[in-house]
Amino acid sequence: MDLRYSEKDEEFRADLRTWLEREVPAHGAPPPVNDWPARRAYDTGWQRKLFDAGYAGISWPKEYGGRDGSPTEQLVYYEEIARVNAPYIGVNFVGMLHGGPTLIAEGTPEQKKCHVPQILTGEQVWCQGFSEPGAGSDLAALATRAEVDGDHYVVSGHKIWCSFAQAADYCELLVRTDPEAKSRGITWLIMDMNSPGIEIRPLRTLAGEGEFSEVFLDNVRIPVSNRVGKENDGWRVKEVTFRFERGAAFASDMIHLKQFVSELVDLTRRAPEGPQGWNDRALRRQLGHFSAELDALWAMVKLSVCESSKTGIPGVGASAVKLFYTDLYQRITEFGVRLLGRAALSRDDVAGLPSERILARSMQALSLTIAAGTSQIQRNIISERILGLPREPRPAPPPRPAVES
Amino acid sequence: MDFQLDEDQLALREGVRSFCDGRVPLDSLASFEETAGFDRSLWTELAELGVFNLREPESAGGVGLGTADAVLVFAELGRRVVPGPLVWSHLAAGLVKGAATGETVVGGVEADIEPVLVEHLESLDVLLALRDTGVFRIDPRELEAAAIATPLDPLTPLHHVANLPAGEKIAGPEVAQRLRLEGATLASALLLGIAEATLEMALEYSKQREQFGRPIGSFQAMKHMMADMFVKQEVARAAAYAAGATLDQPSVGDIDRAVGSAKIISSEAALRNSGACIQVHGGMGFTWEVPVHYYLKRSWVLENCFGSIDEHSERVAIALADARE
Repeated sequence: MDLRYSEKDEEFRADLRTWLEREVPAHGAPPPVNDWPARRAYDTGWQRKLFDAGYAGISWPKEYGGRDGSPTEQLVYYEEIARVNAPYIGVNFVGMLHGGPTLIAEGTPEQKKCHVPQILTGEQVWCQGFSEPGAGSDLAALATRAEVDGDHYVVSGHKIWCSFAQAADYCELLVRTDPEAKSRGITWLIMDMNSPGIEIRPLRTLAGEGEFSEVFLDNVRIPVSNRVGKENDGWRVKEVTFRFERGAAFASDMIHLKQFVSELVDLTRRAPEGPQGWNDRALRRQLGHFSAELDALWAMVKLSVCESSKTGIPGVGASAVKLFYTDLYQRITEFGVRLLGRAALSRDDVAGLPSERILARSMQALSLTIAAGTSQIQRNIISERILGLPREPRPAPPPRPAVES
Repeated sequence: MDFQLDEDQLALREGVRSFCDGRVPLDSLASFEETAGFDRSLWTELAELGVFNLREPESAGGVGLGTADAVLVFAELGRRVVPGPLVWSHLAAGLVKGAATGETVVGGVEADIEPVLVEHLESLDVLLALRDTGVFRIDPRELEAAAIATPLDPLTPLHHVANLPAGEKIAGPEVAQRLRLEGATLASALLLGIAEATLEMALEYSKQREQFGRPIGSFQAMKHMMADMFVKQEVARAAAYAAGATLDQPSVGDIDRAVGSAKIISSEAALRNSGACIQVHGGMGFTWEVPVHYYLKRSWVLENCFGSIDEHSERVAIALADARE
């Protein structure tokens, strides 16, 4: 049980730190949240800089432009980008954190060549097309149909919660290729977002932002060569995608959360005697408690990274990390809102209090226990796949409605 | 970094686990109530297993392992709620003659915390007192102490000491501070073991107990409760392992924070998981007959050793504030 970073890791850290300290201030402040063209330019511009400096895709193979670094270099990378508050991964999230890794694990040589390097350089932005209005947690109920016509799939259906669809070039799309089977009738496709027949309608979140959309597909033609894995094998491929999503994908956010707790400490110490002040022992202990939980969470990430370095794919234990992290995130941001007192009624900073940041985080936090598999689904995964508890009996299908004569 | 168990550690854990399963099976726990939570012959066997001399250098007849290894061993002892002053006797290995071999049974007390309640007093040959000024050795036979008729944990007898004598100083404040950190880490390991064992008991019971015609473990309400127990166990494991590894390699992080985090998280995991285990057992869980209560009561005892959740939370908060100066 060795927690020491190697000399090589520490050299990497020193180089990265020097580079970040120069480049982060130079990249400027992020654009307004709803300005998608500007956001795309800002996020992919940062991705390009990372790539040119050799810091994109730390764990990705060299042949695609990655660094082929060790899992511990990946941890160092997360620690350092959070330390300087580097630009958020933003529109590159889907491509970098699950699309790309899924293609590396499951894609054909052509697919890898066409997409993986371009994701790394920021030339290709990806979005996710998994959920549907009738298939959220019950993802295997998805109905978007794909029928073979020559060397194309012809796809029609309705996807929802497609993060970054407005800014994306490609979509990781799950479609139904066998209407009779449930999870065994699903296929994983790469969809070009510029294909005819795609309509994108942004959804406004409770935070007032448009980070995801509904996507309507009307006879969209997707080459059969864009299929990842075999036909009807998409359920297994998606499992690979999910493990990446639930594993280390949140690592940098966890370190940002540590900084957030430190900011809350500063906030309470500004008026130590007040009702939300540092001299309140219960409040102080609560902050210490959060910090202890975050330290334990980071140790858990290290355990899980070292474990998955054997297989190259995060294990199912990633569900435990996600459950704990998202719950902790919500408790910490709720506490932040409490510290604001009446200033929390304003989404703009007021009376010198950081309402904007705290409220933005606390509202964002509500999505974390829903996205990438709800907390309830994670608990099902843990209890059935790790703890070996019996599956809940599925209800019998409803009787067919009687045909009126 | 290789934050995983190596072959030797897996073997060490397996060895202690099979010893505990054979020597202190769950249905033997109640018998300790008749022996005031102590059994000399078991103590000698634990010593032979290496529980006390584990971290003593090989040149001194010890096993020469580190704190991370001790965490694995103590987690196994926690799984079977093995009674006795395990942590104190282990800490005393280099300080008190005979502690490492089990010939001398050593207990201890944090002298500045009122009321002063000494555990296992009647089984002790030596009592250590931790003060900010150092480590002090006290002869337990000379203590004026009143036995507590009904200790919370039936396997952890208690005496109340109104006036703790000064004793003989055997080590300075640095050693006292070091023992506090190591003690908190080993207590965290025992608590981790409790969190694991109570989840295991809940799982086993929920797979065989039937209601509404099927095992209660198939109901989502039950499954989600046990999934939460699993998360608590895994976070506690990461924190306890990290505390052990940090004590062995101080360059990897802040020792106080790592130990504080482990003590806070593992205390909560043990308390919550034993509580949840009682809930899974339904009415039977509330009886003396089902051994879950030993686990819950031991968790309470351990939560109050080497710094409580609140004390460690406070310390971490002060450290956070200092870091912002």
